[in-house]
Amino acid sequence: MSPNTDRIQKKILLRAPLERVWRAISDSKQFGSWHGVEFDGPFIAGAGMVGKVVPTSVAVDPEVARSRKKYEGTPFSISVERIEPMRLFSMRWYPFDEESGVDYSNEPWTLVEFRLEEVAGGTMLSITESGFDAIPLEQRAKALTSHEQGWAAQGTLIDKYLAMAA
Amino acid sequence: MTRASTSAAARLAEAAPVFAALGDDTRLHIVARLCGDGPLSIVQLADGASVSRQAVTKHLNALEDAGLARSSRVGRERIWELQTKRLSQARQYLDQISQEWDAAIVRLRAFVENQEE
Repeated sequence: MSPNTDRIQKKILLRAPLERVWRAISDSKQFGSWHGVEFDGPFIAGAGMVGKVVPTSVAVDPEVARSRKKYEGTPFSISVERIEPMRLFSMRWYPFDEESGVDYSNEPWTLVEFRLEEVAGGTMLSITESGFDAIPLEQRAKALTSHEQGWAAQGTLIDKYLAMAA
Repeated sequence: MTRASTSAAARLAEAAPVFAALGDDTRLHIVARLCGDGPLSIVQLADGASVSRQAVTKHLNALEDAGLARSSRVGRERIWELQTKRLSQARQYLDQISQEWDAAIVRLRAFVENQEE
């Protein structure tokens, strides 16, 4: 068992050209489309933005769509860090659901990095989210108190997602 | 995407000391040794570490307070072992976010591989 509690890493081969993947990540409209967030401007390195949760453009299971529905309109804050075309896009965000009216700007945020590389057959994408150890757990717990949806239910939904993708 | 849709607030609060206990290189090293080599005495843990037995004892006590390790007396020695249940709880919060990334990746894949811009 790995004792690392600070970071999550994902590496995936996408069967799409590098430029296509780069736009899907670095264009705030496209990012919002698959991520289910609406931003009111482009991503600019060094700039903070607040978007809001919206339905994703990608067709998902009706049950999943219903479960997401109650989060629609929830604020979604990010701070864009680096934009290196076709190579690296990074941002910081608060990794847990935000409640309206709570100031999260002084909380430690996690760093999310998207690294792209052109490979045979498509684009290799590495996603790293790090900095979890710095977040006080009590604050996460407080932010989560209002949520009713259980772990098990969430797991089931994700299984459905993965089955759809298979 | 919404993050961490869970009702596990109480369990999160419970895990706080676990994360704090793991946020130290020496303690992580001790956890890794107990993980790889099984139950060990303080003397064995101090061997090969660049810290004193007193320091190892202090760190073990911190791990015990967080519910990550426990000791039992065997003859004249105290033997320490990991409480893996607590460690796996700490991993669960990360696993949850990891699963949400998996779901986001499924959407990203559909977006770049199937949809027209």
